[in-house]
Parts: sequence; structure tokens; C-alpha cells
Amino acid sequence: MSPTQRQRLMVVVIMIVGIGIASTLTLLAFQKNLLYFVTPTQITSGELPQQRQFRVGGLVVEGTVQREGVKVQFDLTDTANSVTVVYSGILPDLFREGQGIVANGKLTDSGVFEASEVLAKHDENYMPPEVSDALEAAKNLPDKFKGHPK
Amino acid sequence: MRLFRFFHRFASPREFFRISGSMIPWLAATTLLLLLIGLYLGLFVAPPDYQQGESYRIMFIHVPSAWMSLFVYMVMAGAAAIGLIWRIKLAHVIAMSSAPIGASFTFLALVTGSLWGKPMWGAWWVWDARLTSELILLFLYLGVMALYAAFEERRTAQRAAGILAIVGVINVPIIHYSVMWWNTLHQGPTVTKFDAPSIHLSMLAPLLIMAVAFTVFYVVVLLMRARWEVLDQEQRSNWVDDYLEQLSS
Amino acid sequence: MSEFFHMGGYAFYVWTSYGIAFAILLINVVLPIVRRQRLLRDLRRTKSRKTT
Repeated sequence: MSPTQRQRLMVVVIMIVGIGIASTLTLLAFQKNLLYFVTPTQITSGELPQQRQFRVGGLVVEGTVQREGVKVQFDLTDTANSVTVVYSGILPDLFREGQGIVANGKLTDSGVFEASEVLAKHDENYMPPEVSDALEAAKNLPDKFKGHPK
Repeated sequence: MRLFRFFHRFASPREFFRISGSMIPWLAATTLLLLLIGLYLGLFVAPPDYQQGESYRIMFIHVPSAWMSLFVYMVMAGAAAIGLIWRIKLAHVIAMSSAPIGASFTFLALVTGSLWGKPMWGAWWVWDARLTSELILLFLYLGVMALYAAFEERRTAQRAAGILAIVGVINVPIIHYSVMWWNTLHQGPTVTKFDAPSIHLSMLAPLLIMAVAFTVFYVVVLLMRARWEVLDQEQRSNWVDDYLEQLSS
Repeated sequence: MSEFFHMGGYAFYVWTSYGIAFAILLINVVLPIVRRQRLLRDLRRTKSRKTT
């Protein structure tokens, strides 16, 4: 490698390192804004303002889904804390008990989360229904599989 | 050493034109074969998913194109860096020919993601970290293409667009790790995580075959684009005259 | 067979995805071929102008 080539290589390396540091700092500064949703724990700890739009994500607690016409009410948990969500509208196909979902809405004075939109968040596991059934039957599901419906 | 000599010869425009021309038919046939096998396994053999039913079959298009959008970007940025540092003409040609192909893979990943997101998540689009960073990748590709087209003089254009490509490479790890660094609506990694892939073999096989098919496809269309670009750039050389004569006879 | 095309109710999403994918791959193949035709035509023209 000739000296000029080495010099140009250094310029490219310094450029990448510089941009890398700048981006890291920027992303760290906006860390909070980059989160797509908050957890129920953040709500119960009173971190979040009432009457302002935000998203909350968690798992639908089994046995808490109550439907009344188009209105639906359920609890959302991050396994540590949970928050009650009310919503009226069309639910995504994947909405079921135990499913990970993200609700967009506002927190009311009573501590209930009034959602204007409910999105389903599926996990990264893919398998045929028979395998899922076998796993369910085995009852020794690892945590990440837990709570998924058949 | 022999490998080095091969690449050295390959980097000469004339040899590149000759060798790539003889490689393309074989690679194209490989692509076609892999695509047919991948589609057959993905659409006919793979069972439905326990959660997402038949809709998950979009994965066999979506995931390979998303992987390619990152891979092609790294090739583009790497080739641009080689071109800038060692002043190899062919490297610039490879970089600039990769941009439109990468842009099309990125577009495909975004569109199929949208078509998958609507039935599963309940939304065509969300502004989470993964989707947003992938959209930025599309804009980076388009920016590189626009910058390259903006300059009259080719060498200036290659350098300007190459620098943008190198700067933008920082977005590649951001896209990859976005689903781990921030909570997103997009799922975490299925195949490329440290423990075993959490996907059944009957679904993993078509996914990987499609990914290899897309990679070979990229090489084919890249060589096709690069060949005619090389011929254009070298049109004053004698070997181009010889080639043209040989064509018309 | 109709069950296959039905895709469990997700036919629109699945087949649109595959359709767009096919179209985009095709465009990637066609564009270089068009470029080749144009380039060869132009090169022949300039060369013949030079010789005459």
C-alpha cells in the first residue's frame, strides 16, 4: 500500500468512526423517544402523564378479556405489573389471551388506559400447529412460548 | 496469492467483461433453480404457522429481501471505499451498479412488510425503530443514486456518491440491532440470534434457500449492470471495437 | 387447489407480496438488457460515423 493509499484509508476509517460516535450520541440522547411503547410498570409507577397520548405494550392477561358488543376490556401485563385497557373497535386477528399487544391511547384519572388503537405484536417463533400443540401438551414450555394459544 | 492474481486480473475491465459474460448464464440458471425449489418448499411443503396461519408465507419474500437490503448496502459501501482508496475503476462500477438493486430490495422489504403488518399487527405502517431505520436505508440508496446522477463528470460523481454510501453504512448495524436496543412492534430476530433459530426446520429450509436465491440473483443482475457500464466507460479501448465487430459478424 | 389460493383468508396479502416480488425481480433483469440494447446501438452508430 502506497503512502497516499494509506492516507486515504485513514480518512475513510476516521470518517466511519466519527459518524459512528456522532450517531451513538444522538441515539442515546433520543433513547426514550425511540421506544415504540412503554411498559405497564412505567404506568403504575406514575412515570407517565395522564391525558396525553402514548403507547403501552404487554401481554393480555388470561381470563381478563371481557367483551360487550364492540367494547372490549382486558388487563395488560409485563409480568411485574398490569394495567386495565378499554377499547372499542376492530381488534387484529392475532389478538387473544396471552398475546403480546401494543395499545395506543390515554391514561384516564381512574388509572384505566383508554385505547384508540390496538396492535398485535407477534414473537419470533415459527412452527407448525402440531408442534405447538405438542409443546403445549408437554407442559414444560420455556417462558418464551408460554401463554400462546393454540 | 493465486486468488489475489485472479482478482487483479478480474479488476481489469476487459477481463471483467469477458469473465462475467461467461459466468452470467450459469449463475442465472442457479438462481432460477433455487427460486423454484424455495417457492415449492415455501408455498406447498411448509406447514402453516401455529399463530399466523398462512399469512407467514410472506416471510419467504420479506426476510430475504430485508437481508439483501443490508447485504447489498455493505457491498456498495465496501466497493465505494475500495474505489476511493485504491482508485480501482471497477470497484466504483460495482458500488454504483449495486445502488438501484439494493434500493429495489429495500422497497420490496418495506412493501411486503406492510402487506404482512396489516393482517397480523393491524397496521400497514408504524413508526417503530426497525421500520423507520429501514425507510432511512431506502432514502440512503436513493440519495446515493441521485448524487451519482447529479454530477456531469463521472469521477466526481463516483467520489461524492461513494462518500455518502460509506457514511450511511452506520445505519446497517442500527437496523439490525434496532429490535434489541429499543422495544419495537417488529419482532426480534428469528434466525440470526445467538441460540438456535426459533423456527421449525420445514419453514427454515425454504427461508434459507430463498435467501441464497436472492443473493445469487443479486450477483447476476449486478454483473449484468456492471458489464454494460464497463463497456460504456471503456468504449475508446480497442477491445471494445473487437467485441463489437465480433458481435456484428 | 382453491384452498391453496385462498391462503387461509390471507390471499390478498400473500399473493400481492409474491406478485410485487416477481415484478421487482423482473425489472432488475429487464433494465440491464434495455441498457445493453441502447448502448450497443449507440456504440455502433458512433463507430460507423468514425469509419465513414
